[in-house]
Amino acid sequence: MSNLVNKLEQEQLREGLPAFRVGDTVRVQVKVVEGERERTQTFAGTVIRINRGANRTRFTVRKISYGIGVERIFPLHSPHLERIEVVSRGRVRRARLYYIRKLSGKAARIQTTTQ
Amino acid sequence: MLNGLIGKKVGMTEVVDDKGRRFAATVIELGPCMVSQVKTGVSDGYDAVQVTFGRRRLTRVTKPLRGHFAKANVAPGIVTREFVKAGVAELKVGQAVSVAEVFKAGDMVDVEGFCKGRGFAGVIKRHGFAGFPGSHGTHEYFRHGGSIGNRSFPGRVFKGLRMAGQMGNRQVTVGNLRVCRVMAEDHAIVVLGAAPGADGAVVIVRHAAKRATRSEPRAKQG
Repeated sequence: MSNLVNKLEQEQLREGLPAFRVGDTVRVQVKVVEGERERTQTFAGTVIRINRGANRTRFTVRKISYGIGVERIFPLHSPHLERIEVVSRGRVRRARLYYIRKLSGKAARIQTTTQ
Repeated sequence: MLNGLIGKKVGMTEVVDDKGRRFAATVIELGPCMVSQVKTGVSDGYDAVQVTFGRRRLTRVTKPLRGHFAKANVAPGIVTREFVKAGVAELKVGQAVSVAEVFKAGDMVDVEGFCKGRGFAGVIKRHGFAGFPGSHGTHEYFRHGGSIGNRSFPGRVFKGLRMAGQMGNRQVTVGNLRVCRVMAEDHAIVVLGAAPGADGAVVIVRHAAKRATRSEPRAKQG
């Protein structure tokens, strides 16, 4: 990776982001602009993937909403993310939790750990 | 001042604007370019400034060119180009031109370069043909172009018919990219969107020749 690209990317990294891992349950507060108004929306669920790459790092959060699985991909360093809160830590053995898409109910739970 | 500069594509990344929208961006190392000749209407019949970018080993430069650069007292670069019309009055031979003098954030630019070569490509890759069905009797005829004409009338294949052949590695100009940032001390600019060629390829950046038909580049999702 070239130094210039690297420099540009490093500048855009946000500081003070909580450290979370795949399997953790997080609550993401996103700024949503509706016309002139701006409000905050919360999306809470399990992190099933983190796609790393300096300022391009993205993570996918999955939740079950009214019985339907919903996934949302967030750019980690986006200024639209107001706050990321780690609700609980999960113990998982995989980097990508795609398998939970096929599971439901009790089977889709992730064992929580204390740190 | 010059209306363009010679540079090198460094690579691509993502940038965020003040509204928090994300865009694909290309970093281009630009200049400093050394003025190696100033042509005027009197001396050459047209106005142009010849500049050179980078460094080429002296043993790799032909003797006539060595003489040309020695006359200007400029080290021979890897690329030498003329920029017509602008800058003839102010620029002197031997002078260096840097990015900040030519471009500023918000400018629209055209980026010229050689796109990545794809070799001898078939019609599906090269022209987006649909190919043939994978079953229903197709026999050894999957990625072909089909018929290229009729029979005795017109008795020939029309010129310009799309067929397989060399794809890429030709000169391409991408028009109207917005300069989102000038990194003066790094001799680089950041433009929104993609520039032709691989990382490290030589590109020529000029002020946009035409007005943009699309005012805003498209932001990424999320």
